[in-house]
Amino acid sequence: MRIDCVVNGEPRRADDVWAGESLLHVLRERLGLPGAKNACEQGECGSCTVYLDGKPVCACLVPAGQARGREVVTVEGLGDGDLHPVQRAFIAAGAVQCGFCTPGLIVAVHDLLARTPSPAEEEIREALAGNLCRCTGYEKILTAVRLAAGREHES
Amino acid sequence: MTGQILPGARSDGSAWSVGAVGGAVAPGCGSSGGVRCVGGGVGGIGASPVRPDGALKVRGEFAFSSDLWADDMLWGATLRSPHPSATIRGIDVGAALAVPGVYAVLTADDVPGDRHYGLEVADQPVLAVDEVCYRGEPVAIVAADHPETARRAAERIVVDYGVREPVTDPEVALAGGRLVRHVPIRKGDPAAVAEVVVTGEYRVGMQDQAFLGPESGLAVPAPDGGVELYVATQWLHADQRQVAAALGLPVELVRLSLAGVGGAFGAREDLSMQVHASLLALRTGRPVKMVYGREESFVGHVHRHPAILRYEHGATRDGELVYVRARILLDGGAYTSTTPAVVANAASLGVGPYRVPNVTVDAYGVHTNNPPCGAMRGFGAVQACFGYESQMDRLAEAVGLDPVEVRVRNALAEGGSMPTGQVVEGPAPVARLLELVRDRPAPPPVGDDPRQLPGGVANTTAPEQVVRGVGYAIGIKNVCFSEGFDDHATARVRLELIGGEPTALVHTAAAEVGQGLVTVQAQIARTELGVERVVVATADTSVGSAGSSSASRQTYMTGGAVRAACRAVRAALLARLAGGSGAGADDGGVADDGGAVGDGGVVGDGGTVGDGGGRVAGGGLELAGGVIRDAAGRTLGTLVDLLAAGPVERSVRWRHRPTRPLDPVTGQGDAHVQYAFAAHRATVDVDPELGLVRVVEIATAQDVGRAINPQAVLGQIQGGTAQGLGLALMEELQVVDGVIRNPSFTDYLIPTILDVPPMAVDVLELADPHAPYGLRGVGEPPTISATPAIVAAIRAATGLPLARVPVRPEHLTGTG
Ligand code: FES
Ligand code: FES
Repeated sequence: MRIDCVVNGEPRRADDVWAGESLLHVLRERLGLPGAKNACEQGECGSCTVYLDGKPVCACLVPAGQARGREVVTVEGLGDGDLHPVQRAFIAAGAVQCGFCTPGLIVAVHDLLARTPSPAEEEIREALAGNLCRCTGYEKILTAVRLAAGREHES
Repeated sequence: MTGQILPGARSDGSAWSVGAVGGAVAPGCGSSGGVRCVGGGVGGIGASPVRPDGALKVRGEFAFSSDLWADDMLWGATLRSPHPSATIRGIDVGAALAVPGVYAVLTADDVPGDRHYGLEVADQPVLAVDEVCYRGEPVAIVAADHPETARRAAERIVVDYGVREPVTDPEVALAGGRLVRHVPIRKGDPAAVAEVVVTGEYRVGMQDQAFLGPESGLAVPAPDGGVELYVATQWLHADQRQVAAALGLPVELVRLSLAGVGGAFGAREDLSMQVHASLLALRTGRPVKMVYGREESFVGHVHRHPAILRYEHGATRDGELVYVRARILLDGGAYTSTTPAVVANAASLGVGPYRVPNVTVDAYGVHTNNPPCGAMRGFGAVQACFGYESQMDRLAEAVGLDPVEVRVRNALAEGGSMPTGQVVEGPAPVARLLELVRDRPAPPPVGDDPRQLPGGVANTTAPEQVVRGVGYAIGIKNVCFSEGFDDHATARVRLELIGGEPTALVHTAAAEVGQGLVTVQAQIARTELGVERVVVATADTSVGSAGSSSASRQTYMTGGAVRAACRAVRAALLARLAGGSGAGADDGGVADDGGAVGDGGVVGDGGTVGDGGGRVAGGGLELAGGVIRDAAGRTLGTLVDLLAAGPVERSVRWRHRPTRPLDPVTGQGDAHVQYAFAAHRATVDVDPELGLVRVVEIATAQDVGRAINPQAVLGQIQGGTAQGLGLALMEELQVVDGVIRNPSFTDYLIPTILDVPPMAVDVLELADPHAPYGLRGVGEPPTISATPAIVAAIRAATGLPLARVPVRPEHLTGTG
């Protein structure tokens, strides 16, 4: 099947998409956007998080057909040429090790701070509970969120 | 800079810490500046410069092994055994080959070279040969033009199995002669008696590394009949050797490059898809990509050895250890992998970091039909630590001592001797680390915010049900490869003018697995060469082996090699300076591996723990900021001038000081290069009625010898501690009759951000006189003692004996 959608602000088309393919597969393998990751493809890790019509979703759980005519923003579309403050904060805080969880977390934190510019510790934890990271133990990810929220001097 | 300097630190090794809460930043991190960047210049050792892969990773542009793509590529898929043990009477691939879009279907008969591979013993089939010995063993492989086509075709392969009864109980395996290795340790009087005796039997479940980036890679057939392989691995050259043997090709025709690695933790030390993708690529003449799904990943790599540990500790009434006797049984699963080394670690580190005059330890590794077990962070030491630290708590109770006090009373110290007879050289601050975690302020008491109660908002814990407990543990780990293994690493360093600026190019085969090794290599080059601009080339097999990114060894080994190569470059520069304008034999020259400079740890180390700090060998000359000065500070030349005559390149193969095998009867011998120590204090809240545990805080104290990159050190300590938490509370592959019942992140739980508490860290930097810059391997120790500390805290809260990890809710409620 053919799928037309808007990805990172540009109209994109994928042809010959199989019925069972996920949005994640189409982004990664057909549209050349491997930023969203494939750590589980079962909706359990958050590494594939992208925006679909402005809402964060696990792209591995979205059948590709459902993206037809809709707007997708991936981690590749967040920085505007320059790094987004969330991206800068992850680097500065040491929140990136292997980096496999990072794209999903960047989108999740981007979304959190858009909704809640100054989240409390517990709000950050609740918001990121669906994003697994195996390397960092999360401490530096929390630091990165505080840094991006402009509150790293607190606590 | 919020790290504080602890009082009482040695003058040559400072100490620092970060608090339990808040955006504490390690010394020298990022823009806060390289506060202890002794001789480093900007971004040298002791600083925490921005990691060069950071921007790519946050943008989603870093090329992980599963992101690779080639024109015209095919997809590989693997058919795996549904049985833990069976003979293969026949395989019919006809139906699979008939599927449109399928290009090749291969079985063991299509393996042109050695049909078995292995890190230590080549006993694991590339594809099953006449039998399968664990569930999930690869039997056949398929290449097709779509991953789903490949998977569906694989399902159409018909295998005629003769199902056998699997051996899944390691005790049965041991009794039945399926021994892989037995390591005995005998020290002192085997019949020693003591006033106080405590015994226990403990069990450790099968943990999985659960890295996030699945096994994956791309194999591209080369015009010369060879193959280019882009993979995520921990040890490129070990892969190269095994892949070449299986393909029946000379190693030069099997060229590997490191693709982006999404975590490793030991699980990428053995091969997974490397040979399979190469076979398919060579057969089809097209690039072949393979990517495991999560379920396949869980069966596609080795796991942490489950263990049964029996201990008897004898002590005086004052709590001084008289003897330890232990029997440790490790289930290696179907194939050998690294089981021999795991057994040796469990045995040689089996009593922990304590002075024990009389030791009798027997550690065994056996073959079963369970999934193969091999390397995982802290291997052998993790299992033993749960045993001996549980015992130390029992001893504390038996003699009426505080758990920290009983440990301090028996603590190993510098100059002390291990059960192997090996004398611990250099600092061994066991008592100090315990005191550091003990003396930290306690976390605040239980509040009534439901999000801070065990189970969180999803459960019904009432604050008054909650009991708090505190537990302690300390562990010991060997760093680098042991037992006489010829452990080396090669670095090639080239200094040249690029755009008029002196630039160092560092090339090694060392695997960056997320830990920050690329950054560390650049830091060392900056410190040694006094240049700012350093490029670290992609790791590949066109340079000598770096050994594995495991055993906490890579900063020590590849760091040591980079340092030695930089010093060889400096020496060549000095010669050029002495020889006038620079026309000399060294121009662009390469000191062969094993050359005069820096080969062998002793030469390379120079026998000191000084930083080198840009000091050019001999004559008190100093190289900093691109200028060479003499002792009086006079400028003798600039790098720009010296390099105008051409680049200087040196390649050095570097070794740590030699180790010895363990005596096969007594287990005596100087088998280890270096010991590393970390201690934990865990504070938990438990709801005993619901069986819920919330870890409130974990404090770690670790001696890192020298923090080459403080931010990365913290990352290792916090990440490693979280994995130890996972083993304590949730992580276990449930293997029933040889079958993994929970191969998904839905059922195999790793800690989320809700499970991991604030982690306070104290770092000591007590230089090891034998190691480059005095550093001590960092990656594994924090994983080792976190687990027993958390379980000790739960025991303290509940009074339950808890002799098994992970602790499950039913162990707390008494319903399981
Ligand atoms: S890959 Fe989509 S949630 Fe894990
Ligand atoms: S940085 Fe490796 S999984 Fe998060």
